[in-house]
Amino acid sequence: MFKYIFKRIMQAIPMLVIISIICFGLIQLAPYDAVDAMTTPNMSERTVNLIKERYGLNQPAYIQYFYWVKGILSGEWGYSIVTHENITKDLSVRIPNTILLVLPAYILALVLSVILGLVAGARKGKLADKLIDGLSSFGIAIPSFWMAMILVFIFGYQLDLFPILGMHTIGSEGSFADLLSHLVLPCVVLTLSFMPELIRYVRSSTIGQLSEDYVMVQQAYGSASVTILFKHVLRNVLLPVITIVGMSLPMLVTGAVVTETVFGWPGIGTYFVKAIQGFDYPVVMAIMLLSSSLVILGNLASDILYSIVDPRIKGMGE
Amino acid sequence: MSSNIEEKSNLLEVKKLRTSFYDGKSKLEAVRGIDFTVKKGEVLGIVGESGSGKSVMVKSILGIIPTNAKIDAGEIILDGKHIENLSKKDKRAIRGREIAMIFQDPMTALNPLKKAGDHLVELLIRVRGMKKKEAKNEAIELLRMVGIPSPETRVNQYPHEFSGGMRQRVLIAMALACNPKLLIADEPTTALDVTIQAQILELLKKLQTENDMSVVLITHDLGVVATICSRILVMYAGMVMEEGMAHEIFYSPKHPYTKALINSIPRVDGEKTRLKPIKGSAPSLTKVAKGCPFAERCELAIDKCFTEMPVYKSFSSTQKCMCFLAGEGDKLDG
Repeated sequence: MFKYIFKRIMQAIPMLVIISIICFGLIQLAPYDAVDAMTTPNMSERTVNLIKERYGLNQPAYIQYFYWVKGILSGEWGYSIVTHENITKDLSVRIPNTILLVLPAYILALVLSVILGLVAGARKGKLADKLIDGLSSFGIAIPSFWMAMILVFIFGYQLDLFPILGMHTIGSEGSFADLLSHLVLPCVVLTLSFMPELIRYVRSSTIGQLSEDYVMVQQAYGSASVTILFKHVLRNVLLPVITIVGMSLPMLVTGAVVTETVFGWPGIGTYFVKAIQGFDYPVVMAIMLLSSSLVILGNLASDILYSIVDPRIKGMGE
Repeated sequence: MSSNIEEKSNLLEVKKLRTSFYDGKSKLEAVRGIDFTVKKGEVLGIVGESGSGKSVMVKSILGIIPTNAKIDAGEIILDGKHIENLSKKDKRAIRGREIAMIFQDPMTALNPLKKAGDHLVELLIRVRGMKKKEAKNEAIELLRMVGIPSPETRVNQYPHEFSGGMRQRVLIAMALACNPKLLIADEPTTALDVTIQAQILELLKKLQTENDMSVVLITHDLGVVATICSRILVMYAGMVMEEGMAHEIFYSPKHPYTKALINSIPRVDGEKTRLKPIKGSAPSLTKVAKGCPFAERCELAIDKCFTEMPVYKSFSSTQKCMCFLAGEGDKLDG
């Protein structure tokens, strides 16, 4: 098993390198470059060159790439060219904010989806299934910003139960209860937007597993359907869900761009959107690299988790 | 020997069993009125082509037919008790305890995420009310009984670490775990290679005599039936075409279908002849003909065969057959 895990880690490293090259290359290819963002048309040629030199932009692309990678590896992600703030510092404030929003929402969505998906799958074609499956189709079709607006209108404006903007009320930054009440609406929106696909996945996985022979064998030996569902089917259903969870790792960074923007949540999402609007290349590049690396790491994590849970993979590579 | 079996009492009686699949409004009759009995301590073979309704029939008896299928009519009497109308819970109590079943494909019949031993342990705890430790020891014993070498280590292995034949042995061990009165083996050797087939059949036969079980062996392989069955039921299109003792079926078959089946087995003794395949394929059950289901493929069919359903004719106390021409058909043969 350790050999397998080691092999997977070794495979992930070149992928990360390739991703960094792609991220860098895409930004280099963009028609509007960092120099344009910092200069104005009435600046003299000399000033422009000075600016280029200052940021190392006069050097060939591959040299710039190495500087960039070196910076990233040493934790120096550079400076925003719009605000001139340290990106590392900005990210270290904003990532926890996003995680605070996305993680509970995702866990909640996952737990609910497994339960609902299992129920729907086990009662395929019955009322419960039609209800759950129908609502999740509906859910997939609803854009999260729209749902956010509706919730804001009902719970924030008409019922006036929850605040609708930001993370803290000014003056009570330290209050946990205040944070919690700010968290409710965006968290609900995120949970609802994560759920439909997860539910459908668990449902179809359950239906697939229930038609397996081992289920029939268990029936033939008199197991109750509930026992079969929880003792046999559940683990087999959860196995592929591991992959989905691993793949969702990048969501911790970019999972809530829209929702954060709607609710003015000071996380990565709003930061990202602002950077794109301002052609803030170093920031865009940093977030792109971060989220795409998390895709690789998420895959790696789910593979490793798989090898621990699935006995068929456990024995491989030995 | 035949008279001996006649005296034995019935363990299972199936009367006029009909099972259909429903798809919206269309109905597909898979089992079309089957009568048969299984006597105590006998091995009954049920033979028929794929799609002749063998599996659906035994699954109907156990009540594990797919959700889109339904038992339309019929009586199922196990050991003197009617079981066709039992509640779900009571029916579940019969499965495993009184009737156990082994399946065609041992590769998929075990949960891939559970150890082979845990399948047995779970069953022993549920059915025989054992403690966990006791059950584990019993599981090892059972694995030894079905001829799995070094059961102490095997009990902790996962299904993918077993070969097909070994998995089928694990499933047989599961069947034995509950001391059933009746063991239904649904094509237990079809997915295995020939040398393993023989071993598994031998094992079944041995366990059947040791435990005094009745066995219903479903197969489409007449060779398998000849090895261990005392009585044979020949099925076609959801109906019993012929029924009789093994020697009657093999040496004096009455139904053209049975004859055709026997002609299509390669023989190692006697003169070398070309194998005679049965022309055509098993009928689709969506459009059921009025007459004999085999008429379309029957070389001897007369007009009556297509329009009227034949009735059973008895040829001995143990042999009966559903054909107009049976018994008197010899002159029509030429």
